[in-house]
Amino acid sequence: MESTILKSRNFNASFGTNHVVKNVNIDIPRNHIIAVMGPSGCGKTTYLRCINRMHELIPGATSNGEMKLNDEDVYQMHPIFVRLKIGMVFQRPNPFPNLSIYDNVIAGYKLNGIKLPKGERDGIVERSLTKVALWKEVKDSLNKKGSFLSGGQQQRLCIARTVAMEPEMILFDEPTSALDPISTSTVEELFHELKANYTLVIVTHNMQQAARVSDKTAFFYMGELVEYDETKIMFTNPKDNRTQNYITGRFS
Amino acid sequence: MITRSDIPLRVINSSPEAILKAKKRTKRSFRQIRTENVFRHTLTIMGLIMVILVLGIMLTLAWQSRLSISTLGPKYLWSKVWDPVQDIYGAWPFLLGTLLTSFLALIISVPFSVSVAIFLGEYHPKGWLPDFLKNAVELIAAVPSVIYGFWALEVLVPYVRKFESAIGVEPVGVGIFSSSLILAVMIIPYAASLGRSMISLVPSHLKEAAYALGATRWEVIRTVVLPYTKSGLFAGILLSLGRALGETMAVTMVIGNTSLIPKNIFAPGNTMASVIANEFTEADKPVYLSALIELGLVLFLVTVVINLIGKKIIDRFTND
Ligand SMILES: Nc1ncnc2c1ncn2[C@@H]1O[C@H](COP(=O)(O)OP(=O)(O)OP(=O)(O)O)[C@@H](O)[C@H]1O
Ligand SMILES: [Mg+2]
Repeated sequence: MESTILKSRNFNASFGTNHVVKNVNIDIPRNHIIAVMGPSGCGKTTYLRCINRMHELIPGATSNGEMKLNDEDVYQMHPIFVRLKIGMVFQRPNPFPNLSIYDNVIAGYKLNGIKLPKGERDGIVERSLTKVALWKEVKDSLNKKGSFLSGGQQQRLCIARTVAMEPEMILFDEPTSALDPISTSTVEELFHELKANYTLVIVTHNMQQAARVSDKTAFFYMGELVEYDETKIMFTNPKDNRTQNYITGRFS
Repeated sequence: MITRSDIPLRVINSSPEAILKAKKRTKRSFRQIRTENVFRHTLTIMGLIMVILVLGIMLTLAWQSRLSISTLGPKYLWSKVWDPVQDIYGAWPFLLGTLLTSFLALIISVPFSVSVAIFLGEYHPKGWLPDFLKNAVELIAAVPSVIYGFWALEVLVPYVRKFESAIGVEPVGVGIFSSSLILAVMIIPYAASLGRSMISLVPSHLKEAAYALGATRWEVIRTVVLPYTKSGLFAGILLSLGRALGETMAVTMVIGNTSLIPKNIFAPGNTMASVIANEFTEADKPVYLSALIELGLVLFLVTVVINLIGKKIIDRFTND
């Protein structure tokens, strides 16, 4: 049996009176890639941001229900520890524009006031950039600003920044939707590499991408988790006809 | 010019009515272009008027102070004595007074204005307390300067006097220090409101990036918000410095109005603006009047130079 890293039960989220995520129950297995799909506005981003408690940063946003990381209640932990254990990569590449590539990678350590000896820092930077297949491209320009990189490189830099913190899970919100096809496939290849050490949850509108990279797929519809199964089954033999309609393109 | 490609594509292969509609739209576009030209010319003229106005003021000041410039020469600027009765005119005490009060006011006000800017821009952008604070700060800028002068004389100066006797300097009350305090209050809104709007412009995706890495709010402010807005905050501080340099009424009322060089920051003195305000009506000799106007010219130039330096620094900040 595979072990469960994240478990939510009857999880709900709202923006004020707008009930956006409804009664979500899900078990996410360790070292797997989970794709989250569903029509626009169905609550994918909101649910994802509930996992690492980014949701509560928005004024008026509330949530309730059970969310457990390794049997520990995420909502009983300090949000900062939650975010250190569950990293996040956003839709638009967002490296810190005033920091160099090097400083972007270790930004998490700097932000958290963790002082490391230079050698250790160098090691983290090299390892993280290697993991995201960016080391070769940038190793001679580590002191340049992160914003000089291409969009795809910037996104990999953002992944490196997250990986550098050695989280257990990484959440991706449409990580390739702002990227060109070549950068997209580079990032997709990366997912396979990262799976060995991390559990990945990836929100995507791209069905081919979900089919290519994920082990399991969750389908959200109007705030509900309609269906959650092995990706193969979801794409060949979905049980719910809302899922069926979505993957056959009857609504989007 | 309107070309075929400006007509919406879907109209090209469609019905006669649609084409007619598109043509109408094209006609309207010509009108829009004409309006656009008028608009542009109006803007240019308005801009030119402003430039002429500023140059005109400077030339007037220079022309009116020609008598003082020719008889007193450049040493006017660093001569330490101002005694109109004996026709001795040295601007140094007032230059010093202006710079002292303004920079002291700046030092006192910056912690407040930056805190207010951060509080309103990042910590608490919405709610009744921030709304109240925002209005209060804006009100500070709207209160007439003479009211500040009164308030300072009635309320502030007695406290300053107590403070002075407590630390063992001559308890005059009025002087550089009191002026700086009241100036500090008056200039807070300028840096605070510009800073607030700069801070609220920090892209949320950058702040979220930091939060997602486990940063606390203070860490986000320190490492994302402040670096991102440093030039804006600086511009606001500069704006308030410009305001402090020229502020006249309140300062004139509490600075003590002596033409002696202030011995320390608690001593009475005069700023360039306060001397002009105080002595303009008494200036019965042409040289005296001209020397006062030259003081105005110097004040004008000091303000311009400080603004230029500030612009340079902002450029440096934003280009790296
Ligand atoms: N910051 C916010 N404030 C208020 N309501 C919000 C906010 N963000 C999202 N919502 C509401 O929550 C609902 C779900 O939004 P969410 O962003 O989770 O959808 P999504 O599935 O990620 O959509 P998309 O595929 O377009 O990214 C939407 O109906 C939206 O109106
Ligand atoms: Mg979304």
